[in-house]
Amino acid sequence: MIDGSLLDHDLTLEADVVIVGTGAGGGVAAETLSEAGLSVIMVEEGPLRTAREFHMSEAEAYPDLYQESAARKTKDKAINILQGRCVGGGTTVNWTTSFRTPPATLAYWARALRLDGFAVEDLAPWFARMETRLSVGPWDMAPNANNEALARGAAAIGVPTGTIRRSVKGCVNLGYCGMGCPIDAKQSMVVTTISAALGRGATLVTRARAQAFVRDGDRVRALNCAGMDTRGVRPTARRIVLRARTFICAAGGIGTPGLLLRSNVPDPYGLLGRRTFLHPAVVSAALMPEEVAGYFGAPQTIYSDHFVDTMPVDGPIAFKLEVPPLHPVLAAITLPSHGEPHARWMRHLPNLQVVIALLRDGFHPASPGGTVTLSRDGTPVLDYPLTPYIWEGVRRAFRAMAEIQFAAGAIRVMPVHGNGTGYREWSSARKAIDEFTFAPLVTPVVSAHVMGGCPLGADPRHAVANTEGRHHHLANLYVFDASLFPTSLGANPQLSIFAIVARLSAGLAATLLPGAGTARAP
Amino acid sequence: MTTRRTFLVVGLAGGATLAATCWLRRTRERDSVPDMAAPLGALDADTPAIVAAIAAVMLDGALPADRHAAVTETVAGVARAVSGLAPIAQQELGELFSLLAFPPTRVALAGLMTPWADASDEAVAAFLERWRTSRWMLLRSAYDALHQLIFAAWYGNPRAWASIAYPGPPALAQ
Repeated sequence: MIDGSLLDHDLTLEADVVIVGTGAGGGVAAETLSEAGLSVIMVEEGPLRTAREFHMSEAEAYPDLYQESAARKTKDKAINILQGRCVGGGTTVNWTTSFRTPPATLAYWARALRLDGFAVEDLAPWFARMETRLSVGPWDMAPNANNEALARGAAAIGVPTGTIRRSVKGCVNLGYCGMGCPIDAKQSMVVTTISAALGRGATLVTRARAQAFVRDGDRVRALNCAGMDTRGVRPTARRIVLRARTFICAAGGIGTPGLLLRSNVPDPYGLLGRRTFLHPAVVSAALMPEEVAGYFGAPQTIYSDHFVDTMPVDGPIAFKLEVPPLHPVLAAITLPSHGEPHARWMRHLPNLQVVIALLRDGFHPASPGGTVTLSRDGTPVLDYPLTPYIWEGVRRAFRAMAEIQFAAGAIRVMPVHGNGTGYREWSSARKAIDEFTFAPLVTPVVSAHVMGGCPLGADPRHAVANTEGRHHHLANLYVFDASLFPTSLGANPQLSIFAIVARLSAGLAATLLPGAGTARAP
Repeated sequence: MTTRRTFLVVGLAGGATLAATCWLRRTRERDSVPDMAAPLGALDADTPAIVAAIAAVMLDGALPADRHAAVTETVAGVARAVSGLAPIAQQELGELFSLLAFPPTRVALAGLMTPWADASDEAVAAFLERWRTSRWMLLRSAYDALHQLIFAAWYGNPRAWASIAYPGPPALAQ
C-alpha cells in the first residue's frame, strides 16, 4: 500500500491491470482480476479509512470521505451531490440499500436502446453471486420510526411499500452508515473485495489523482497520477506513473468522464460526459407528535415504488420514495431559510420525519440528463439543467410525500421549497404545492446517485463503451462503473454496479489469461 | 427581461469582482503574508468579521447564552470547511467574500451601508432575505453557500446539540 500524500520521490509502477477508483466498480474488478491471477494496481484519490477511524461524526466524515467535502455542486450550484471519495468510494459511506436493477429499466434498455445481453435472466446469476459475496439480505430488525412512518402513512392511503435489503453482516442498527461503519458490519469494498485483492498481492495507491492516460495509437500505455495533499485538496509535486497491459476506469459518474476528457480520448460522436443522470431528489419534512429519532437505526429499510410502477417508463417522470438519516448537519443544511424559522425546525429534530423522492431521469426525450465538462483547472463539473419535465414530477412528488406524512399522523408538513412554510393539514399543503413556482436554488435538489456519461452499447454512434465495457475506440481501456448506465436506474445503484461489473470483469479476466489469444503489449 | 437583468447583474458582479480583486491585491501587498497555519488561515483578513455578522443572524434562535463564543467557533468551523473545498470552490468563495468586503460592492450588492463589524442584525437579516429571494440565481447560490457553510459549522459542533435534543452518537463497547 502506498499513500500518495506521503511520497518523497516520484514513482513508476507496473502491473497487468491498473484500476482507477476503488468504489463499487473498482472494488469488484480488483477482486475478480486478482482472483484470476492477474497483478493489479488500484489508484484512489481519497484516503484509506477503516472502522476504528470512523467516529460517527459528521464534522469529521464529510470533509474526509466525500467528494468536495460533501458539497459537490452542479455547475449552476442548484443540485448538491453526495459522492464518496475514499477507499471503497460510495460503498464506504452509503446507506447499504440494495436493489437489483428494476426489470422495467432493463426492458427499456433492450427495447429502446437495443442493448442485448442485459435482460433480467442474463444478470440474475451475477446478482446472486454478488448478493452472496456482500451479504445482501432482508433486514430482520424493525424499521426505525422514520422508515416506519413512511410505511404507516403509505398504507393509510393505499400506497404499497416494500422492505429494503441491506449489504450488512452483524449490523447492530446504529444508523451512522453515512459516516463510515464503525464496526465493519457494512460490507463495503474495503472489508470485502479490496481486502481480498490486497491479500493476493494487489497494490493500492491512495491519495493520488489520476490525471490523464498516455496513449500510443489505440492503446493506452500509462496513467499519469499526482500525489494529493493530506486533505485531498491540491496535487503535490510528486508524480506517479502507472504502466499496464489493461486499464480500467472506475472513478464513478463525473470522475470517469472527467478523466477521459482530460486524456483527450477519441470521441467522434461527442458522447463522452453527456447523458449523466442523478436521480434528482426532493425532500419533504414533517413534525410528528411522537419521537422519531431519525438519527438512530438503519437509515433506509422501507421504500415505495408505487409512483414508479404506476407510470409508463417513458412517460412523465416517475419517482421512488425513501427516507434519509436525520443527523444534525444533514438536517440543518437541508432545511430552508435561516434564523428563528430554521431554528424552530431544528429544535424539533427528535420529532422530525423526512421523506425523499428520487426522480427517475433519462427515459424520456425531455430528460437528457447533464453534461460533464472540465473546469479551468481540469477538474470535472456537471452541468445539469433542471427542466419543466423534472419540475412537473417534483410537484407530484411533493404532493405524494405530504399526503403520506399527514396520513402517518404529522402535525405539520413542510415541502422543502422556498421559505419552507409548514402546513397543518393536507388540504392546505396540497393547495400550496399546486401553486409553487419551482426554480433552481428556490427548490433544493439533492443527489447521491451519479450515473451515465460513458454509456455502454454495441453501436459506437450511441455508446462510449461496448457491451464488454471496453472503450469503442481504444483496445485496452475499459469502463467498469456507474458511468456505463445508459439511463438512470430508478433504484439505488450499488448492487447494479456490483453485478454488472462482476460480469464485465469476469469477461475481461478470461481475455487476459494466458492462452486466451490476446496479444500482450510489447 | 430576466435574461437581460441576469446579464446585467452578472456583468456588474464581474466588474465588481475585478475591482475587488485589484483592491485586495493591493491590500495584501501591504499586509504580511497570511499565516496558513492559523485557525482562520483559509479566510482573508476581512472575512471572519463578515462570517461572524452573518452567522449571528443565520443562527438566531439557535445559539446558546454565550453567543459570542458560539459565533467564534462557527467562524473557525467555516474556515476549516473552506480549506477542505476544491480549489475552484475556494476561489469562488474568496470572490464572494471580496465582494462583500469591498465597500462599493457591499453597498451595491448586499445593500449594507456600514462595515460588517458595525452592521445591525436587522441590516444583515435584510441582506440575507434579499439574496435568498433574489430573482438572480447568482445571488441565490451565494446565499445557499453561506447557508451550507454556517449551518454545517454550527450543527457539526457538539455544543449545538443540547438545543436540538440530539443525544450524539451512541458509545460503542470496545
